[in-house]
Amino acid sequence: MKPYKTFDHTADLGLAVTGQSVAELFANAAVAVFDIITDLGRVETRETRRIIVEGDGPEDLLINFLREVLYLYNGERWLLKEIRLTKIEDNEIEAEAIGEPLDLRKHEICKEIKAITYHQAMVRQAPGGWEARVIFDV
Amino acid sequence: MSDVKLRRLDEYRWEVPKEGAMRVPGIIYASEKLMRAMGQDESPRQVANVAQLPGIVKRSLAMPDMHWGYGFPIGGVAAFELEGGVVSPGGVGYDINCGCRLMVTNLRHEEVRPQIAKIVTALFQHVPSGVGSKGALKLARSEEKKVLAEGARWAVKNGYGSAGDLESMEDGGCLAGADPEEVSERALERGKDQVGTLGSGNHFLEVEVVEEIFDRETASALGIEVGQVAVMIHSGSRGLGHQVCDDYLARLVKHVDKLGIALPDRQLACAYIQSPEGRQYLSAMACAANYAWANRQMLMHWTGEAFERALGLSPRGLGMRLVYDVCHNIAKIEEHVVDGKKMTLCVHRKGATRAFPPGHPALPEKFRKTGQPVLIPGDMGTGSYVLVGTEKAMEETFGSTCHGAGRVLSRAAAIKASRGRAIGREMEDRGVLVMAAAKGTLAEEIPEAYKNIDEVVNVVHGAGLSRKVARLKAIGCIKG
Repeated sequence: MKPYKTFDHTADLGLAVTGQSVAELFANAAVAVFDIITDLGRVETRETRRIIVEGDGPEDLLINFLREVLYLYNGERWLLKEIRLTKIEDNEIEAEAIGEPLDLRKHEICKEIKAITYHQAMVRQAPGGWEARVIFDV
Repeated sequence: MSDVKLRRLDEYRWEVPKEGAMRVPGIIYASEKLMRAMGQDESPRQVANVAQLPGIVKRSLAMPDMHWGYGFPIGGVAAFELEGGVVSPGGVGYDINCGCRLMVTNLRHEEVRPQIAKIVTALFQHVPSGVGSKGALKLARSEEKKVLAEGARWAVKNGYGSAGDLESMEDGGCLAGADPEEVSERALERGKDQVGTLGSGNHFLEVEVVEEIFDRETASALGIEVGQVAVMIHSGSRGLGHQVCDDYLARLVKHVDKLGIALPDRQLACAYIQSPEGRQYLSAMACAANYAWANRQMLMHWTGEAFERALGLSPRGLGMRLVYDVCHNIAKIEEHVVDGKKMTLCVHRKGATRAFPPGHPALPEKFRKTGQPVLIPGDMGTGSYVLVGTEKAMEETFGSTCHGAGRVLSRAAAIKASRGRAIGREMEDRGVLVMAAAKGTLAEEIPEAYKNIDEVVNVVHGAGLSRKVARLKAIGCIKG
């Protein structure tokens, strides 16, 4: 079962994601973004990109992190398949994204996510781990 | 469901009474039927949230196409004093200067109807569309910065359309105060190869026919007549605009914490208009707005070429001319009269259209008598309206009106509703040939995903915020 669900927002799309730890929550959210964008089965793990972000508190950190993750696609035309969190602190995260450059002969763009919004963003501890919600502009 | 109580004022107006941290009341323009649908989501709460922002003047407004956005509702209008008032990137939206333009041609419905497949195919091949679409152009940074500074003027200088087109655009297709140095490297990177592309989602290019005229004199002054073939383009500032919004949101979320402004929603992050941060945002926003005008100007040029190719016509034979170009995601510095006092305000229109009346000094000579044309696109394949601005809009809504039909179904609900249906075929049965770059788009954009455009327009017409001039029906459509 996927560690995330999408939910409805009139014009846009929401993501509800879970993880056993904060690190897993963040990693699951990053992979969810790309699982929505493309068919991950066709993405190979050929390159690594480093991500470093700061944030004031868990929601801000998650949004800043997903913003960087999404820029891989929107700005660098690159697709993420896996992510490894190498450092996780209250106000800082470092990670290694693993994937490859977008190639439209091989990959399909199923849905564009255009931005990560702050609207009703939430990160909290839940029974058995952590959960988060964010709304995407699509 | 929204927790906000609404009080009906008259046939078309509902008040969100001033409560709690609201600085002003809210007013929503809607018929009873539209209100029933809108009351179901959180948009009335968002009208109340906007009313809490510092420096808001008179009232927080929403048009009848209102729906749940993030931060501001879509269909929201709010004006702020320059002194002590704020500007909010979320009050403009991600797609800065998303807007519409309408062109008319010499062609008649009868002659185009049998050729529609040829025309739509030519448009689909010749006008770049779809997810992450790249244009025919890749701009060097120095050239891209000129686009940001000059807008549609840059496009005209480079051979797209003519100088005469400029006066048929809001602000002449170039918003003042654009400083490319306030735009990030990331935004420039995203913008380098997307100018002249339609994009995806709800953006479209539609071939339409003028079906009905409501005001013969004004229609004739605008060069619109029954049976005439026209084209409506709906697109914006592409990835560049999104990046500008995102960059400034990230900055201002931190900034408001420092200022100590309490916000009901972080997506409402803002800066005082006259602070360095506020000025920088307005300057970067103007750049993105200008990019969008250059974009639509190029899309228009390629539309003309596609028609000429498909029908073997000369530009003269086609006779394509721009009626008008409006932006419906923007913040503008404008003069308004508030309680008898002249004031300079920063008017946010997020999914709302400027609707200046006849005689307004910001309008060029050719629209002084008619008032500013307002273009309202409907859902896929329904068609569009041309309206004109009114004095009443100046009095009540800071010269603003609605921007479209407005969604009622979420994208997921629309996909569910279209399961097992051949949407392309259904559209053909309605007399509209649709081609889409992505499979999913048609399902997300089915007509029932939107409010009835006639009903939305009847509210703004009935409330006097703008006046109906003509209704157009779609016959062909390309979607991203």
